[in-house]
Amino acid sequence: MEKDYREEFHPKIIQALLKQKADPTEDVLDNEMILNMGPQHPATHGVLRLVLRLDGEKVIACVPELGYLHRGYEKMAENMSFYEYIPHTDRLDYISPMANNVAWVLAVEKLAGIEAPKRAQYIRMMIAELARIASHLVAIGAFAMDVGALTIFLWTLREREKILDIWDILCGARFTNSYTRIGGVANDAQPEAIAKVKWFIDQFEPNLAEVEQLINTNRIFIERVDGVGAISKEDAIELGFSGPNLRACGVEFDLRRKIPYLCYNEIDFKVPTYTEGDCLARYFLRLDECRESAKIVKQVVDKMPVGPVQANMPKKVLPHKDEVYTKMEELIHDFMIVNFGINPPAGEIYHAIEGSKGELGFYLVSKGDGKPWKSKIRSPSFNNLQSLPKLVIGHLISDVVAIIGSIDPIMGEADK
Amino acid sequence: MLKETILKKLQDKFPDADFKVNEHMGELSLTFSRKLIVDVCSLLKNDADLRFNLCEDITAVDWGKSKNRFTVVYHIFSMMNGFRLALRTDLEEPDYIAESVSAVWKTANWHEREVYDMFGIVFNNHPDLRRMYMPEEFEYHPLRKDFPLMGIPGSLPLPEKK
Repeated sequence: MEKDYREEFHPKIIQALLKQKADPTEDVLDNEMILNMGPQHPATHGVLRLVLRLDGEKVIACVPELGYLHRGYEKMAENMSFYEYIPHTDRLDYISPMANNVAWVLAVEKLAGIEAPKRAQYIRMMIAELARIASHLVAIGAFAMDVGALTIFLWTLREREKILDIWDILCGARFTNSYTRIGGVANDAQPEAIAKVKWFIDQFEPNLAEVEQLINTNRIFIERVDGVGAISKEDAIELGFSGPNLRACGVEFDLRRKIPYLCYNEIDFKVPTYTEGDCLARYFLRLDECRESAKIVKQVVDKMPVGPVQANMPKKVLPHKDEVYTKMEELIHDFMIVNFGINPPAGEIYHAIEGSKGELGFYLVSKGDGKPWKSKIRSPSFNNLQSLPKLVIGHLISDVVAIIGSIDPIMGEADK
Repeated sequence: MLKETILKKLQDKFPDADFKVNEHMGELSLTFSRKLIVDVCSLLKNDADLRFNLCEDITAVDWGKSKNRFTVVYHIFSMMNGFRLALRTDLEEPDYIAESVSAVWKTANWHEREVYDMFGIVFNNHPDLRRMYMPEEFEYHPLRKDFPLMGIPGSLPLPEKK
């Protein structure tokens, strides 16, 4: 078998495929074959490539190949200042850029010992939760579309569009937001933005119920994904699952609860869990999380304090542009921060938030310069993808599509 | 509280080892010899009071100097205690070899492949040590400090026309 495929696949991939223990079927039939899936495949959510070893239509081994969207963001981070990197975090998990912005600035603030004012933290919580809703809506819609229910994708994207409109008011961009700043956020949340958030949350619940009704009464969808791609609690932790995928296996693990950051300890919310750990449970869990996030946003908007949105640390926090043009001191600080960076004290930190896909962490090493000596992205999609071989083995090829959709990988983040 | 427990357990088990404790911004990190890494990790994972069952991240730092050039950093988390711990081991010259912990946590498999790809650090006893992102034919390790930001021209051959 090795010989036939040598031209198409790298010999090391073939080796890895053959190494994986096949199903204990006694006689390996002659119809075993190796199939390439992706990287240009609509169901792989970007550029994920899978090499599948098949027995008939059954998958007996799977090797994911990453790197088709590798842009070297960790190398680039080492060559730019902490401020310059904010727009690049948008391009990691491009479905929820706001959450990445928040994760990056929180890590830098921890490294540099800056604390953002309360209002900025509340705004960050609001955008992180709205980003989670937007991300889960895409995940649910794309998952349903992968298994053939196209309408749901249109309905969930309609809801997501409203969130993008909120981004538009808030920071002027719909996709690549770069809204957060070290020590705060770029500008205060406008009353129109807050009003739109309130309006969105009020109409979101009935619309989500509509989507849910459409899926839950769809017998084809339910039977197609029920029991597919199940994984046990222990395996899920062992393989590094995090976020919704882990909670769908029955592990109540949420960084917002375990290590509260921002002001999550002032907010009342539940951490939904399911025990089945299959595709259906992951779908239900995302729905529940959307509802919880909506609840959080509601509380955040109600409780939002008034005050400044940027920390008063002139040597570390960029001044507002209006002040740069009119005041000498601010002009000097702006020049110093832009040209030489904020020089956090030497040391290393790891900070993780509960992103929409799971634990999104940044490990930063500073040598006291304006640039990070090292920046490592701990991306949830990368870790979630690692369990893909475990999930797909024993299922049909068509189930592979459903399983990829249910674990919701974003290749921009997995490939960095 | 937990910090003392961890240190006590480690010192009881490895009396000869030298554990350097460092705390920065409220984060605990331990530095020790690379030979102990597998034993320390399995102790931290399996001990009933500690249970560091989640391996969050494995990465390396290139310090850009000739002695102890690389440090491999492990971030592990105990769901039971809600506690994060960083483990660090320095690699010695001339060969940059570390022991694989993928037998302790399965998730270490891909993290170590990434470190191998990006830094050229070889992990002993790794089940499937291939490059993670770069093509197998690529000769360099991009996150090393001596690799230029703009890349090396010609290092990635374009696909041949058929």
